Amino acid sequence: MSAAKNININLKIWRQKNASSKGSMETYKLDNVSTASSFLEMLDQLNEQLINEKKEPVAFDHDCREGICGMCSLYINGRAHGPDTGITTCQLHMRMFNDGDTIYIEPWRSKAFPVIKDLVVDRTAFDRIQQAGGFVSVNTSGNTIDANSIPVPKDDADKAFEAAACIGCGACVATCKNGSAMLFVGAKVSQYALLPQGKVEATNRVLNMVRQMDEEGFGNCTNTGACEIECPKGISLENIARMNREFLKASVK
Amino acid sequence: MKLDSKIPEGPLKDKWTNHKDHLKLVAPNNRPKIDIIVVGTGLAGASAAASLGEMGYNVKAFCFQDSPRRAHSIAAQGGVNAAKNYQNDGDSVYRLFYDTIKGGDYRAREANVHRLAEVSGNIIDQCVAQGVPFAREYGGMLDNRSFGGTQVQRTFYAAGQTGQQLLLGAYSALSRQIGLGRVKMYNRHEMLDLVKVDGKARGIIARDLITGEIQRHSAHAVVIASGGYGNVYFLSTNAMGSNVTAGWKVHKQGALFANPCYVQIHPTCIPVHGTNQSKLTLMSESLRNSGRIWVPKKKEDAEAIRAGKLKPTQIAEEDRDYYLERRYPAFGNLVPRDVASRAAKERCDAGYGIEANDTNEGVYLDFSTEIQNKGKQAAYAKGNHNPTAEEITALGKQWLEEKYGNLFTMYQKITDENPYETPMKIYPAVHYTMGGVWVDYNLQSTIPGCFVAGEANFSDHGANRLGASALMQGLADGYFVLPYTISNYLADEIRTGKISTDSPEFLEAEARVKDSISKFLNNNGTKSVDYFHKKLGLIMWNKVGMGRNEAGLKEAIAEIAQLKEDFYKDVYVPGSADEFNTELEKVLRVADFIELGQLMAMDALQRKESCGGHFREEYQDAEGETLRDDENFKFVGAWEYKGDDISKEELHKEELKYEEIKIAARNYK
Amino acid sequence: MAKSALLKSSIAKKYWMALTGLFLCLFLAGHLAGNLQLLVPNNALNFNQYALFMTSNPAVKLLSYLTYISILFHAIDGILLTIQNKKARPIGYAKTDGSSSSFASRNMAVLGTIILVFIATHMVNFWAKMHFDKNMPLMTKTIEVQGNKQVFYVGTQVGQYFPVEQVAKEGEKLEQGMMPKQFVIKNKTELHYSQADVKTADLYKDLYKITLDFFKDAKYGLYFTIGYVLAMLALAFHLWHGFQSAFQSLGANSSKLTPAIKFFGKAFAIVVPLLFAIIPVILHFKK
Repeated sequence: MSAAKNININLKIWRQKNASSKGSMETYKLDNVSTASSFLEMLDQLNEQLINEKKEPVAFDHDCREGICGMCSLYINGRAHGPDTGITTCQLHMRMFNDGDTIYIEPWRSKAFPVIKDLVVDRTAFDRIQQAGGFVSVNTSGNTIDANSIPVPKDDADKAFEAAACIGCGACVATCKNGSAMLFVGAKVSQYALLPQGKVEATNRVLNMVRQMDEEGFGNCTNTGACEIECPKGISLENIARMNREFLKASVK
Repeated sequence: MKLDSKIPEGPLKDKWTNHKDHLKLVAPNNRPKIDIIVVGTGLAGASAAASLGEMGYNVKAFCFQDSPRRAHSIAAQGGVNAAKNYQNDGDSVYRLFYDTIKGGDYRAREANVHRLAEVSGNIIDQCVAQGVPFAREYGGMLDNRSFGGTQVQRTFYAAGQTGQQLLLGAYSALSRQIGLGRVKMYNRHEMLDLVKVDGKARGIIARDLITGEIQRHSAHAVVIASGGYGNVYFLSTNAMGSNVTAGWKVHKQGALFANPCYVQIHPTCIPVHGTNQSKLTLMSESLRNSGRIWVPKKKEDAEAIRAGKLKPTQIAEEDRDYYLERRYPAFGNLVPRDVASRAAKERCDAGYGIEANDTNEGVYLDFSTEIQNKGKQAAYAKGNHNPTAEEITALGKQWLEEKYGNLFTMYQKITDENPYETPMKIYPAVHYTMGGVWVDYNLQSTIPGCFVAGEANFSDHGANRLGASALMQGLADGYFVLPYTISNYLADEIRTGKISTDSPEFLEAEARVKDSISKFLNNNGTKSVDYFHKKLGLIMWNKVGMGRNEAGLKEAIAEIAQLKEDFYKDVYVPGSADEFNTELEKVLRVADFIELGQLMAMDALQRKESCGGHFREEYQDAEGETLRDDENFKFVGAWEYKGDDISKEELHKEELKYEEIKIAARNYK
Repeated sequence: MAKSALLKSSIAKKYWMALTGLFLCLFLAGHLAGNLQLLVPNNALNFNQYALFMTSNPAVKLLSYLTYISILFHAIDGILLTIQNKKARPIGYAKTDGSSSSFASRNMAVLGTIILVFIATHMVNFWAKMHFDKNMPLMTKTIEVQGNKQVFYVGTQVGQYFPVEQVAKEGEKLEQGMMPKQFVIKNKTELHYSQADVKTADLYKDLYKITLDFFKDAKYGLYFTIGYVLAMLALAFHLWHGFQSAFQSLGANSSKLTPAIKFFGKAFAIVVPLLFAIIPVILHFKK
């Protein structure tokens, strides 16, 4: 473990008043940032500085700050969730940066994710895709069959879990040169397709979710694989392939 | 005010069934005439909104996050309890009930807890049917693990992300109803007040966090499922946005607030690194299944470690103090959270802490024994009956990675230390709040039509919550309790018709909200919101934290009252009301935290006993164990708002009756 | 729903890119097999025979139409996808970092366009000449007859040789007063008796000569060769990503299968364009 030290950094941050105004990159200088801080704590520090100067703080999305809620975003130095892999921005730490670095911070860029303010974008497109079919149509009465009455092979359960680990942060869309949401949709389709409970309505699900995905204005997948690499939860491209299979099956049914 | 808990008559195990059989119903054709507002979309809120929408009510659901899927239930790691007895180790509804009451240090309602245990099995059935990918064994059956405070394996889990999977399950059910048009979802909206008409909850005032628009929403019933208030402490494992505003506003409108002093300090969190720290990260309690907690036996070793001169791996086995195993041999490292937390504090206060920060607060959670045990097992399972030490270690680490890989990675990313090689450093942190809005057996607050579910209410965990029980309660309330009890209330509302939002009550509430917003924006102070929040947090952690005493609590009450004054005088909020303004969001939340913080200290002061998460230093035995006072404090302390001055709040007592369980000192030795 | 989805949806577009792409890979393999005959010494006859077969066999014709359609569809679909994909991100990033994807995968459209331009020029230079050019040379062979070198047209039947001076080119006016030539060429490749209008043989179009002349051209041969090699480089990158990408699009991705597909795809992406590119280089520099 390297001992924490303080560094001085330059920040280039996208500032945009609201959805309809034009934005631009602004430059800020921030001194005495502890390398033990998280990236968002660094932004807190910047905002504290801005507030003390009676300037408007930078708006950015964040909530759980432990990498699970999927609320934080940020395109940092050209990479979704920044230079480290397998983590969200809130888990990124300043020890990844050096004294004197200039750090670019931009919002997710996608037609389907319009900017709300500064670094905050609207990801409700993901919700709408989920609403189109990302569920099992079972009532919430609790009067279902016993949880153990249908055995699920461990391998399938594990794979379904790995797909379900998606936090819906949108890094896949942000990093994809095409702004494609197929990793997100593929993961959701896969989770249910792998489980006996979800198979029942697999046909409608994949058709409806893909239709909604297309309507939202996401781009097409060209299999660059960038999404898989930038995904903080390591969701595999296999899920996109599985969706492709499911879609083919559903289309010819 | 006489508190009526409305606990049904009859034998404990039949109460819920009989109650359900006699609750009033609303016919399907009448449900579309009725509007329900649900605030919060965590496990309780999402499951309630989904269930109520599915039943045919018009539901409006609100969350301040950008999507209902982000509610903080998502961060629960370890698991969800259910009395399924799949592992054949003698579990039953009664045992889960008993463990929960005992775990709560005999400060929870028997009837509520028994109902919770009864429906726990349904939760698992329901979630599996929804496609929640729980961990399974090779035979395809569901896997279980142990959690603190129990001697059976009843915890269902999905790696270290059980909360996420359960929440996404509830979110999928909610999404289905939104897609069908039965639930209208309001993302990025925050409830800022409750509207009462003729004494009944009839709607809310909400702010659209994007446009800043103040909206009036009416309904025949309001469900508050907005989570806990751990962020009173500034540093906690709660999400940054988690807040008490919905619950507190309900309180200010007349709902009693119960047991605010019951706060759960989770024993296994990553220690604080510095003053810029914004939140604390939990390491799942499930790690205590495999890790052994220790500090050095010798003070000089602890000092050397803090100074960086010694590494934990250099401390010999006989120089380590596995203090939980020493003090509680029966439960060892799996004692309940409050016990484990206090024991860590006790060692650190005595000078054995190992973290090199201002407070030296940290203990080790060591996996080396488990690596050896599991490594050996794995080698044998592979047919290697003569494994080398290296083989054992490698296999053991592999086993750990399979079981806790994501947690270990998370730890490494945050601390830059490799927990496979060196023990984790952990320390207790605020995690969960057992207290909350007082509700009766039907989960209705003292305001008719205002229901409160999940962590936001006080009902099921007494003075201490057992691990993996929060998820259970959230889903039980939302899926299996509220749909029945709320219908009972709404059965009398079918003739009410649409509720106008133009009534004086709505206009007045709207004006109240707008007024407070403009006051903050025009305050022109000099200090940021965080400045005050951090100050509040420090007072709370130091004086209303893990150890409390009369003098400290009295100081805290005075300091918080002073802080409140300074806050209103000197807080600075940039920006305007009609835009996306995160500072404005924060200031409104912190205003409520400050008031609640004072009430917490008052509640802790009046409760002259130690129980569960509430530890009064004056009330402990010679060995440092808690001393309850069942004679004088076997009650729920419910506070009534009496105006701006919090010190004027009035305490009401709901006597707790134990008919089934023989009340006893909690013993994990 | 199902039917329109197979045409319109983003996933269906991927299927079509994949299917046409994989078919074109097969085409490349076939084309390469033919081209490699150029490297066998004194192989003009075989090569031209092969060329004739490829332009006349009905089954091959069918395949060639499929190829044209595939190329067109692959190109048009690719352009549509690219336009859509550009629209999906109206405002770009100020700073990008390409480390999470390969150069090839990010530039399929550019590479594809280069290949499309190459295909167009390639077809003008060879395919169009072969099919439509009235001046397409016919294959001749120089044979030593009694110590004299004499040039003959080669007929498609074994042993058919026709002295060049006895053959009138198509449309050639027979000069007055001279001995009329014995044969006349009609319909580009048919050899007829000049007196009676009877077909006596079919001749080979000399694609071999065209190809050699093209790359050995004194003025431009070097540029043509370089251009060809560059186009093959683009093809190599295009295949490097495209081959395994097609399988992914069709849903063939599993921990067992994918490594093999990836390996084969990369081998294909190196070997095929490399062999294609070697041919003009050798032709150009061979004396």
